[in-house]
Amino acid sequence: MTAVQSQSSTTNKVLGHPLNAWYVAAWDHEVTRAPMSRRIANRPVALYRTEDGKAVALADACWHRLAPLSMGKTVGKDGIQCPYHGIVYNSAGRCMSMPAQETINPSATVPSFPVVERYRYVWVWLGDPTKADPELVPDMHQMSSEEWAGDGETIHAPCNYQLVLDNLMDLTHEEFVHSSSIGQEELSESDFVVSHDGNTVTVSRWMLDIDAPPFWLKNMRDKFPGFEGKVDRWQIITFQAPSTICIDVGVAAAGTGAPEGDRSQGVNGFVMNTITPETDRSCHYFWAFMRNYRLESQLITTQLRNGVHGVFGEDEEMLKAQQEAIDANPDYEFYNLNIDAGGMWVRRLIERMLDAEGRLVPTA
Amino acid sequence: MAATNTEVWQRATVVEIHTVATDIRRIVLEPALPKAAEPGSHIDVKVSIGGEEQKRSYSVVESDDAGRLVISVMRAPQSRGGSVFMHGLETGQQLEITQPLQNFPLRVGAERYILLAGGIGITAIANMAAVLQRLKASYTLVYAGRSRTAMAYLAELQERHGENLVVHVDDEGTSLKVDELVAGADLDTELYMCGPIRLMDAVRRAWSERELDSPNLRYETFGNSGWYDPEEFIVKVPRLGIEAKVGQGRSMLEALEDAGADMMFDCRKGECGLCEVRVLALDGGIDHRDVFYSERQQKATEKMCCCVSRGVTSKTGAKADASPAGPAVITIDIS
Repeated sequence: MTAVQSQSSTTNKVLGHPLNAWYVAAWDHEVTRAPMSRRIANRPVALYRTEDGKAVALADACWHRLAPLSMGKTVGKDGIQCPYHGIVYNSAGRCMSMPAQETINPSATVPSFPVVERYRYVWVWLGDPTKADPELVPDMHQMSSEEWAGDGETIHAPCNYQLVLDNLMDLTHEEFVHSSSIGQEELSESDFVVSHDGNTVTVSRWMLDIDAPPFWLKNMRDKFPGFEGKVDRWQIITFQAPSTICIDVGVAAAGTGAPEGDRSQGVNGFVMNTITPETDRSCHYFWAFMRNYRLESQLITTQLRNGVHGVFGEDEEMLKAQQEAIDANPDYEFYNLNIDAGGMWVRRLIERMLDAEGRLVPTA
Repeated sequence: MAATNTEVWQRATVVEIHTVATDIRRIVLEPALPKAAEPGSHIDVKVSIGGEEQKRSYSVVESDDAGRLVISVMRAPQSRGGSVFMHGLETGQQLEITQPLQNFPLRVGAERYILLAGGIGITAIANMAAVLQRLKASYTLVYAGRSRTAMAYLAELQERHGENLVVHVDDEGTSLKVDELVAGADLDTELYMCGPIRLMDAVRRAWSERELDSPNLRYETFGNSGWYDPEEFIVKVPRLGIEAKVGQGRSMLEALEDAGADMMFDCRKGECGLCEVRVLALDGGIDHRDVFYSERQQKATEKMCCCVSRGVTSKTGAKADASPAGPAVITIDIS
């Protein structure tokens, strides 16, 4: 690393993305027999399912003249046909038939990307396929556990994925961006603890004996009808490289032992976030809110999804404006605050991944 | 792993040369612009033949973290001249080479693999085997050769692959039986092969007879292996008044270009079919070295891929039938 690159590593405004990583390409229900296209980590990918229901990810460009395969149709048990000249590929990206000849050019293939379906998502690996170990899929087990219920959506965020990671790693912004729902002044007054290892960063914050903000008061009353009084509130943010952040959030009646581990007098949710870079200046932000109480209530699932939709809409507006300001002020740099410690560890872990791939080059 | 055909030329230094089998040299190159070589990739090298610059393709046997590339070159008795040049290299010498090119990608994730190397074909297969071994994939590496002394890397492969390696040696009476090999493949098996064209033709035939999916049979040919040794022949294009001699070390395409014909072509290895010419008359036979035509089309001898396919003396192509009257003559028309 040169000095210039190491400086950019902490204040880079448009961070590159590792390729040797699992990224969510789509929700499981989005991928069907009808091919779809999604740009992931700057690459157009065609997604579809085989007759057996297996999700397939191929480069969305025919070997011949690069027409998008996603505009074609699925054929046979696992094939897809280019909409332009009818070349057919199987799920491994191998050409199965060519127009007007009796043989197949053995070179005719399109890249086929490793796919894992897990936690209600279809994950793809765009880097070195020999390193695509399914064990490396980030842990988002609350998404598909009988002990948790909930749902989520996708935000197409017009900003570098790193801005979303910054946003989620430091929740003091809730006080200012989300003042009507989850924001409160104790957020920026309370202390937080940051820790990390080779692949994760954790930021924990406890706010004791406070008033519950509107979002949390409603949740408490869903579980404990008529609840009144002070609460202990927690936010435990866990980042898994390169771009998954699961946030353990909740409140419990003040002084009932939640900080010591007894959360029985409270409500607990997990904000599941995984961000897939689309281009250097846009990303697919997949989120869900999972809860471990009142699992039977679709009403609560819908209310929570709609509530978080509103909250994240406020973030989206800020992220869009931030990216525009970054692009409009190319000469100005980023500076860091103490509250950025979590986000800075995230950057360092990502930069180590980029370095290992020989790709630690500012993309800005 | 995608195909890469964009040639990025660079200087490379020869840093090591070893003999690894009869007539086979291992050559280690240190490129100016190092880039990791995926399994199945090759480099193009500028060689000098009779003072003329030509291009030859060599599979990358292995590459290390520093981007050094290992190739292995067999000095062919009927060489077009490239292997003689390569065998004349000395350490410290500079070469013009491309960054690794990829036309033979290994797909990760198949249920089962058979890797088949015939003779010097091991150069394209060795790196694939190493990757599959590292991934703990289910694979068998089948290595066939005339004699052990002519088989490069045998000891290293035995050490690395143990029971996953099956060796067939002609002069030990353990020749490969293609039908038995292909009988061991099922619908989930991918077979990757590199070797002499007779071996690859036999595998292709057995594969289609077993009605296995053709895309699961993977091979690469640089178009330099035929059923017969290359010989000199004559090509005529009456419409253009061309009559040209095609030397042992030249292709029909090159000879036609030299004679002033405006030729269309692309891959130069018998895959794409763009260099197709129509055969009007034939004195002798055609040694089809392409993979563009089906067997039926090759037998019809109405068309040929002039980038790789050649004229041979007899109608059947068999040496014993060779006419003493002189070289084969192919009369064609072109697009």
